[in-house]
Amino acid sequence: MSALNHLTMAQALDGLAAKTFTAVELAEAHLAAIGAASGLNAFTTVTAELALERAAASDARRAKGQAGALEGIPIAMKDLFCTEGVRTTASSRILETFVPQYESTVSAKLRDAGTVMLGKTSLDEFAMGSSNMTSAFGPVISPWKRRADPAARLVPGGSSGGSAAAVAARLAMGATGTDTGGSIRQPAAFCGIVGIKPTYGRCSRWGIVAFASSLDQAGSMARTVEDAAIMLTAMAGHDPKDSTSAPLPVPDFKAALTGDVRGLKIGIPREYRPAGLSDEIARLWDDGIAMLKDAGATPVEIGLPHTKYALATYYIVAPAECSSNLARYDGVRYGLRVDGKTLDEMYAKSRAAGFGAEVRRRILIGTYVLSAGYYDAYYAKGQKVRTLIAEDFRKAFETVDVILTPTAPSAAFAIGETDDDPVTMWLNDVFTVPTSLAGLPGLSLPTGLSSEGLPLGLQLIGRPFDEETVFKVAGVMEKAAGFKAMPPGLGA
Amino acid sequence: MGTVIHGETGDWELVIGLEVHAQVTSQSKLFSGAATSFGAEPNVQVSLVDAAMPGMLPVLNAYCVEQAVRTGLGLKAKINLTSVFARKNYFYADLPQGYQISQYEHPIVGEGVVILDMKDGSTTTVGIERLHLEQDAGKSLHDQHPTKSFIDLNRSGVALMEIVSKPDMRSPEEAAAYVNKLRSILRYLGTCDGNMAEGSMRCDANVSVRRPGEGLRTRAEIKNVNSIRFLQQAIEYEARRQVDIYEDGGTVVQETRLFDSTKGETRSMRSKEHAHDYRYFPDPDLLPLVLDADAVERIKAGLPELPDEKKERFMREYGLTSYDAGVLVAEQANAAFFEAVAKGKDPKLACNWVMGDFAAAQNRLGRDVADPVVSAENLRGLIDLIADNTLSGRLAKEVFELMVETGKAPSLIVEEKGLRQVTDSGAIEAAIDAVLAANPDKVAEYRGGKDKLFGFFVGQVMKATAGKANPALVNDVLKGKLG
Repeated sequence: MSALNHLTMAQALDGLAAKTFTAVELAEAHLAAIGAASGLNAFTTVTAELALERAAASDARRAKGQAGALEGIPIAMKDLFCTEGVRTTASSRILETFVPQYESTVSAKLRDAGTVMLGKTSLDEFAMGSSNMTSAFGPVISPWKRRADPAARLVPGGSSGGSAAAVAARLAMGATGTDTGGSIRQPAAFCGIVGIKPTYGRCSRWGIVAFASSLDQAGSMARTVEDAAIMLTAMAGHDPKDSTSAPLPVPDFKAALTGDVRGLKIGIPREYRPAGLSDEIARLWDDGIAMLKDAGATPVEIGLPHTKYALATYYIVAPAECSSNLARYDGVRYGLRVDGKTLDEMYAKSRAAGFGAEVRRRILIGTYVLSAGYYDAYYAKGQKVRTLIAEDFRKAFETVDVILTPTAPSAAFAIGETDDDPVTMWLNDVFTVPTSLAGLPGLSLPTGLSSEGLPLGLQLIGRPFDEETVFKVAGVMEKAAGFKAMPPGLGA
Repeated sequence: MGTVIHGETGDWELVIGLEVHAQVTSQSKLFSGAATSFGAEPNVQVSLVDAAMPGMLPVLNAYCVEQAVRTGLGLKAKINLTSVFARKNYFYADLPQGYQISQYEHPIVGEGVVILDMKDGSTTTVGIERLHLEQDAGKSLHDQHPTKSFIDLNRSGVALMEIVSKPDMRSPEEAAAYVNKLRSILRYLGTCDGNMAEGSMRCDANVSVRRPGEGLRTRAEIKNVNSIRFLQQAIEYEARRQVDIYEDGGTVVQETRLFDSTKGETRSMRSKEHAHDYRYFPDPDLLPLVLDADAVERIKAGLPELPDEKKERFMREYGLTSYDAGVLVAEQANAAFFEAVAKGKDPKLACNWVMGDFAAAQNRLGRDVADPVVSAENLRGLIDLIADNTLSGRLAKEVFELMVETGKAPSLIVEEKGLRQVTDSGAIEAAIDAVLAANPDKVAEYRGGKDKLFGFFVGQVMKATAGKANPALVNDVLKGKLG
């Protein structure tokens, strides 16, 4: 038997049920792995004591026959989910010492399903970034290495980089992520794991530190499609505390993994194959199309004509909402305060000391696009384009059942390779942002390695609230791709 | 009638529009479950949402929406079946979110009307521009510590209706009548308690002046007017100030001015260049508010009889004057008390008593109509005793005071004190004869042409009968005897 921290959730649930091992043993194995991998800087806070306490309680529940759907499964929590009594930082100085008195709906559902939280994972500050380099507590390092250049410190992607690195490095069986423009899918692709951003409204946003309210959505990150499905089932559901959460029942996503995609039409958008797309990514995509063809699905070329406006639209809408959402971090009631002679000076000093460069940049952009005289040219126009982008997808889904694209334009890059130019960094989201703007479910799964030996991912996009088809197709591709690579040093 | 300011260069007319912030009567806040009662200890009625903790989300209070719709219907206004909550962004220490959730381009209520009842019995119509729902801010306390400000978030998130009038008022009196009428309508509807002293109704005035017949000139917005008396003072002062500026060849700047009630003047509020850009945008945490037309109809069907309709009915059913009816219906409870007294009785008599001695006694003793100095039933009894000539007007006043003092029924007081008026003409004749016999000189003077002495004889007779003689009878008999 492989080490406990190498099991999938499904295997671990079987082992727990068969009393092969206990939840405490599972938690201990993961905590040991976390200790050994502290160099990755994946966690902002490790809650070892709490984890062992919860694992013991989990074992007790199981002994009494009260096991939940994820009873005893050790997971990591992105440090954007407020956790009662556990520091929640959003990887920002301004919340460095903030301890919530409440538990987010999603983390509460996972807790109630029996999961054991190991700790809080690092992220780009306030989830703004695609590399995890904007964290106030230092970058997260990917467990993956370039074959030819093992010394280069690679980014895990972002913003859910800590979660992705933790799952890839076997520090947790699964982790929560949030995705605003690609923050689950891109790090999942960079780290060779599965990540799904469900339909906007599928998971409650209550208790998740807000970045851009109309885009933010929680999702699951795990090493298999099945695990991601099991975990998302436990996270999702209507919440009266979030007016934008959908009053719909949650299907058993695992049950959608029938392995049968015969007759399904797979949309292949021509706009996702721009002139500069790397051969490696193009080949990965073609391989994916071939896998689905072999499984009996039909690829159909489609057009999503407004795709080229998506990134610009996203960088109007998301900063606009962020500029308003982050106004509450003012030093008055909680979080960092730097005193000043006047109220305005206290605000300015607290926010200058509390926010990093990327967060400040987006607040300024957002403030600008909402200001008098610019609103119509930017924000109002951005909302109109957003509607057109959503309309593109709606029309496409009249003829296809799911859409297949690359997740990111490249494999993971190394720290220092791109951070001098924010716009280059933003281009990482070019394939994931349209889905976010349209509120659609998007899943990334690893299907191959780059020439440097780094994982590459493909994205599946579904109809609103049709995560089941996305999971079904992903399951078939996972089997066909047979992706077994692991970060160096983790080989069984 | 509009106020006209006679300046040195000619006449000026006032143009006034009012923005009234009315606190919605509700158990909990607009977007959270925290309580809303007045006067609680600081920061005890604050939810995680009201304090804008990270990740907290607003959930719209359906009852507050119903109250806004009810108010809109009471203002005969258009109800917008789709409205949108927007964020008004600005930083202040008592605004935890860094934005106020309000309604901007798409308010819940559109155009309506308020009819003003003026003192001279005339009416004037003031247009309502819109009504929208929004959150209140918290309260900054600057006088608790030498160098620090304290914040009380109890009020943070409480639901307000901002009711914006058209610039239809032309005098401070009309502005006062508008606030009074609006308050009356809101209280009838039960959507706001209208308590200006506790801040549950606050008023900003937009004031400008112009030459009669001219288009609108630049206005100033006056804030912090927390009573109707101050509102009138502030408008008067501000109009005069603007006239003086124009007559000195200056220009009025559009600005926010604060009313200083101790000095009775307005002064510019923004000392620094603090031009606000509120960066309104639709709140992405809330879906557009969509109302069901049937639900609006149900609310409409449940509206109470409102002041205007009640006034019209009082004039029609009870034959009251426009002024009397207007005064009686201003407060729903007063109107109800009047109706309880007047039912089946002489309405004019009932009106005179309710608005006269009864109202005076209520005021004198600081009583609320819910706790009347005499019950409606006893007042009805008193009116019966007047109608059947048991009591003269003067005796009735005496009995009324005893009713106030003892709480006893008027018939009982009449029996106990023997206050029944004397209508026996024999007894009155005897009293008159005695008075005339005792004053032969006065009789001679009267007969010699000194008519004024008639009152003296009446007084003497009333004194002799301890005020109980029927005054009409005394007059008749006295005239005959002095003839």
